[in-house]
Amino acid sequence: MSNAENRLNDFDPNDSKGQEVKKFIQEHKNIKGGLIPVLHKIQDVYGYLPKETLNTVSDSMNIPLTEIYGVASFYSYFSLTPKGKHVIRVCLGTACYVKNSQAIIDEIGRELGITVGQTTSDGKFTLEATRCLGACGLSPVMMIDDKVFGRLVKDDVPKILSEFN
Amino acid sequence: MDIVKFTIDGKEIEVPKGTTVLQAARANGINIPSLCYLKDVNKTAACRVCLVEVGPKLIASCSLEAENGMAVKTNTKKVRDARRTVVELLLSNHKRECLTCIRSENCELQSLAKELNIRDIPYEGEKIKGDLDVSSKSIVRDPEKCILCGRCISTCGDVQSVYAIGYGNRGFKTKVTPAYERGLGDTVCTNCGQCIMACPVGALHEKENIVDVWKAIEDPEKVVIVQTAPAVRVALGEEFGLQRGTRVTGKMTAALKKLGFDYVFDTDFGADLTIMEEGTELLNRLNENKNLPLMSSCCPAWVKFVEHYYSDMLDNLSTCKSPSEMEGALIKSYFANKMGIDPKKIVSVSIMPCVAKKFEGDREELGKDGLSDIDYVLTTRELARMIKEAGIDFNNIEDDEFENPFGEATGAGVIFGATGGVTEAALRTIYEITSGEELKDVEFKAVRGTEGIKETEVKLKNGKTVKAVVVNGLANARKVLDEIKAGSKKYDFIEVMACPGGCVTGGGQPIINSREREEIDIKAQRAKGIYDEDKSLPIRKSHKNPYIIKLYKEFLGEPNSHVSHEYLHTHYVKRNKF
Ligand code: SF4
Ligand code: SF4
Ligand code: SF4
Ligand code: FES
Repeated sequence: MSNAENRLNDFDPNDSKGQEVKKFIQEHKNIKGGLIPVLHKIQDVYGYLPKETLNTVSDSMNIPLTEIYGVASFYSYFSLTPKGKHVIRVCLGTACYVKNSQAIIDEIGRELGITVGQTTSDGKFTLEATRCLGACGLSPVMMIDDKVFGRLVKDDVPKILSEFN
Repeated sequence: MDIVKFTIDGKEIEVPKGTTVLQAARANGINIPSLCYLKDVNKTAACRVCLVEVGPKLIASCSLEAENGMAVKTNTKKVRDARRTVVELLLSNHKRECLTCIRSENCELQSLAKELNIRDIPYEGEKIKGDLDVSSKSIVRDPEKCILCGRCISTCGDVQSVYAIGYGNRGFKTKVTPAYERGLGDTVCTNCGQCIMACPVGALHEKENIVDVWKAIEDPEKVVIVQTAPAVRVALGEEFGLQRGTRVTGKMTAALKKLGFDYVFDTDFGADLTIMEEGTELLNRLNENKNLPLMSSCCPAWVKFVEHYYSDMLDNLSTCKSPSEMEGALIKSYFANKMGIDPKKIVSVSIMPCVAKKFEGDREELGKDGLSDIDYVLTTRELARMIKEAGIDFNNIEDDEFENPFGEATGAGVIFGATGGVTEAALRTIYEITSGEELKDVEFKAVRGTEGIKETEVKLKNGKTVKAVVVNGLANARKVLDEIKAGSKKYDFIEVMACPGGCVTGGGQPIINSREREEIDIKAQRAKGIYDEDKSLPIRKSHKNPYIIKLYKEFLGEPNSHVSHEYLHTHYVKRNKF
């Protein structure tokens, strides 16, 4: 896999995010097991793993793209698509689950036309299911960005969503 | 060598250190079933079918190294029950449609179920869902039949260094897929088909063209012309129970005529022609010291590999079309003209040991005036299926012969089927052309055999030395190209066949299951058939083929002439690496 350095130079010198990622790749490219930290870095910087950047990782670290994709799609921490402007995280921890938070997820999914892990086509919302948010007293709970909504019933959903529109 | 002593089912066994329990058992006539294990290729230990009992534990024997004093049990109730459960679970998540499955009776999962006497499947749960991937011109993937053994992934990655497929997602959603779940046709896949050869089940197979070919044969308006590649004749018989590597050239031509093809030609003729064109090209490049090393272009999987991964070396590829495409081009021009047939009425079919040829047949640049050089490509397996469907008693059919003008070929054309054949054939001709002397010993032994990389040097009479390297398997090709780019190796000529062993073990050949693959050297067995055929032929040098001489006189003029370029040469495209 040639042209490794060239691809790294594709990062725009004026793009500080790109430069941060480039530096991190350079530091990790010869380290065994360097892939996962690199993917974490990219996820943190961009909020997801952009295709072009993964191609660069493949080239510069000499790791086949299929292998990178395998790792990226294995861990739920990584996202292969950009997240929406607002991230909805519905708790599926035991307490919330018992109080049927699944029904809340289903309702949001219906309202937005997406399923867990997806982002609406207008890029506004991403729907995620999370483990315990530590607000069991308010179950079932969800967070939209950093705002918490508790004691939810299905019918609350449209109104709450409209607040973010 | 360190020796390890242990017991299997009470039998004392001695093996070299490092031997797995599975290998040791098999070498001693003890049968342990396996599924994901593929010798030298796949050791994922993913399926757990090969469980054995060691002390209180059940362990997968394919990845368990034998140790001194170990007491292994392979046939206890516990072992049998565990293996049965493993297979039952596999079957519960499998699209079970054996009756219509392309791999029925040649499926390792089916044989396992039979071997373990599985009569019902107690677990019925959700089954993995996935659409049939028909995006590739050559290969169909059925994720609902995939058992996630990983044999295709190891083959594509470690053996071929293409890395078109891998595991994606996890848990119940795990699947074998190209990156981003793209269609295989939209990836770096070279269409070599080696993943098909590795797959134990019906999850990977060629895109069939049997229906298209029957339709053409039935159409009274069409003139259906077929040609068969060198490697087909040493493998087709296997589909009819004949010994591996048996030569069935006469039976094959007879069967093709019975199937209703109007003319039956030999691709070996195209191979002889390739030698004339490519040999001349090599001599020219040597003279001009330009675009060296010359890289062979007969293998469409190799060509696509270069287009994706080494697009800075496209000028090194020979501009020659592959033998079958050359012959296809001549069938619709020279031959059609000669016979007074309207080329538009011709349906040109090739029988190939290869699935990449299906992709090649579809390449836009391989045709003229809107007519494709080759219309349909069938694999050796598909031909066998047609012969069976037609009820032809293959084993008792009387031998027949190819027809002219593309029926007469030399031994040089035949050996294209084995790795090293192109180089040997080219050397036979180049030597004589440059020296004007007769080459007495035509067998270049240094380029024979199944090793992945073989080098040779031949001194020509004009003082020039040709340094050639013969490669089979794409990971080996990658190694050689990287060495050339790094400047550590220098060659004048590179022959590459993508399939390990060359076309005799191509992706369209009869499938050999993992057990037989362990026991026999199929590459050598089929190659022997090829070299036997070479030896049996009166003429063994391409430029001595009387029909080749005639073709140049009547139509092409001389090798690399203007007319040759119009019909027999092509160009390549740069493709994306991702
Ligand atoms: S055909 Fe060859 S290159 Fe394509 S996926 Fe299969 S093994 Fe890989
Ligand atoms: S496609 Fe075939 S070889 Fe590949 S993992 Fe699935 S079953 Fe195994
Ligand atoms: S080596 Fe032969 S069978 Fe294999 S892809 Fe190349 S041409 Fe086809
Ligand atoms: S785990 Fe041993 S054969 Fe699959």
